[in-house]
Amino acid sequence: MVTGMSSAVQLPDGLVIIAKRECATCQMVEPLLARIAQSDTPLAVYTQDDPTFGRAVNSQLDSDLSISWHHNIETVPTLLLVRNGVEVERTFGWSQSDWQRITGIADLGEDLPTTRPGCGSMSVDPDRVDALRALFTGSSVTSRTVEFSAAEDEFEAMYARGWTDGFPVIPPTRERVLKMLTGTTRAPQDVVAIAPPNLVELTVEKIAINAVMAGCLPEYLPWVIAALEAVCNDEFNMHGVLATTMPVGPVIVCNGPGTRAIGMNSGINAFGQGNRANNTIGRAVQLTIRNVGGGRPGEVDRATHGNPGKVSFCFAEDEEGSPFTSLASARGIPNGTNAVTVFAGEGPRCIVDQLARTPEELTNSFVACLETVHHPKLVLGFDAILTVSPDHGRVFAEAGWDRNRLIDEISQRSMRHGSQLIRGARDMAEGVPLHLSEATLPKFRPGGLLLTYAGGGAGLFSSVIAGWANGKIGSDPVTRVVSA
Amino acid sequence: MATGVTILDPTNESTPATRQLLARPKSVNGHTIGLLDISKPRGNVFLDRLQERLEAQGAKVLRFAKPTFTKPAPVDLRHEIATQCTLVIEALAD
Repeated sequence: MVTGMSSAVQLPDGLVIIAKRECATCQMVEPLLARIAQSDTPLAVYTQDDPTFGRAVNSQLDSDLSISWHHNIETVPTLLLVRNGVEVERTFGWSQSDWQRITGIADLGEDLPTTRPGCGSMSVDPDRVDALRALFTGSSVTSRTVEFSAAEDEFEAMYARGWTDGFPVIPPTRERVLKMLTGTTRAPQDVVAIAPPNLVELTVEKIAINAVMAGCLPEYLPWVIAALEAVCNDEFNMHGVLATTMPVGPVIVCNGPGTRAIGMNSGINAFGQGNRANNTIGRAVQLTIRNVGGGRPGEVDRATHGNPGKVSFCFAEDEEGSPFTSLASARGIPNGTNAVTVFAGEGPRCIVDQLARTPEELTNSFVACLETVHHPKLVLGFDAILTVSPDHGRVFAEAGWDRNRLIDEISQRSMRHGSQLIRGARDMAEGVPLHLSEATLPKFRPGGLLLTYAGGGAGLFSSVIAGWANGKIGSDPVTRVVSA
Repeated sequence: MATGVTILDPTNESTPATRQLLARPKSVNGHTIGLLDISKPRGNVFLDRLQERLEAQGAKVLRFAKPTFTKPAPVDLRHEIATQCTLVIEALAD
């Protein structure tokens, strides 16, 4: 990102060399500088460390590394050719043929080896790069700064200000936030969504700040942004998900090759602790809703019990191992595209069946457990995620059942006569309205059972994550593509 | 005071960045006020008089003392004051 570039960092026309004394390859080419300076093309030499490097050709010290930073110098020496203010040639390290061609000096460095790699530019030194980014791109972030006193412990201070979920958060310094922003191509002031409950414009910058606090790496940021886009709309209804007394929060299912690239866990303990991407992506979403949207427990969040997943509940599907098409592709996203699906869900609950060896037997167990989602006599009003494990998935794979077959079988086998479901039936007041007494009803509405595949390779268990009131009165699952 | 860490505000910035004082009460009547003696000589004379005047206005006064004026009040003492008192008079005298 090149922002705030001024004429001070404009390169002069002609040949430009950026080097440092510490680099042996730079020292090797230093004797050539006088020869290059004699050519018809003007020469400018910038040295990153020692002002005496290239003194014979009036080198300049790139003391604040501004030249190196703004021209994306990663290796020294770098040789550039600039015409009319535009870079037209670039080579880095020593390449005899490149240097001869770019300088137009046919026998330049003939006695040197044909190639020699350069060294790292000081402008990309890991110890310096975050400070340089803050120095040169800092004006791209506009959030108010908050200065703690030296006597204040910053971790305690952030907790005291109500900015945390109860766990410590990483202090979002300017350096850390700017580093986080390198994870996206989007501008810091881009408005991603209107954040409930306070209906605040949610910028990429505010998301990045909260992602730092959550412990995200920059490469997670596009996933956090996509998940926030997915929850901040009328379909998902994040305001309602906060305000409900039911125990739900955003459950984030991640799909696509990017889940593996950022190291997400879809295997052993996929819902649990220990994986940085899984845990911090979900946490960043919740911290953003809390801090920017203003959704805090006891205020707009009125959950009777809540659930531990409201700190973070995010996992990836094991697409490579799955006998089923992925959740994202079932929801219209092309295979191979990174996407998130958000679901207003409670904590996961285990379905045990260690004895079933046919898909029919196993489906019957699934149905018996899925029927209890929120209440065995309440049907159609709540969605659920069913997460099939590898050991259970094998039973369906061997029988040739695909996603649609399993969902259809669950639907058919969950059909119950209204007389068993109506209010008062089976000595339970809870139930469906009396006018449905003659109907035959499945547990889930069409599309209301979200089939996913994840988990460790051992364990004849699957898992169910029950949802909140579905449809217009509650929340619909939402899927969004993750964009760089 | 020396500065510590500077961070970017993670909120929607609709409230002030620094923590705000509560509104000043109209009267001290019925409140519990702690008076902290920093343990300098004759500070007690000043605080005794202050106590008389506050009690005359209906306040309950509790007296605390730092072990030594050369060091900050211990955490336990600050906690004791914070949990027992409803009003603070922030003042320093020498």
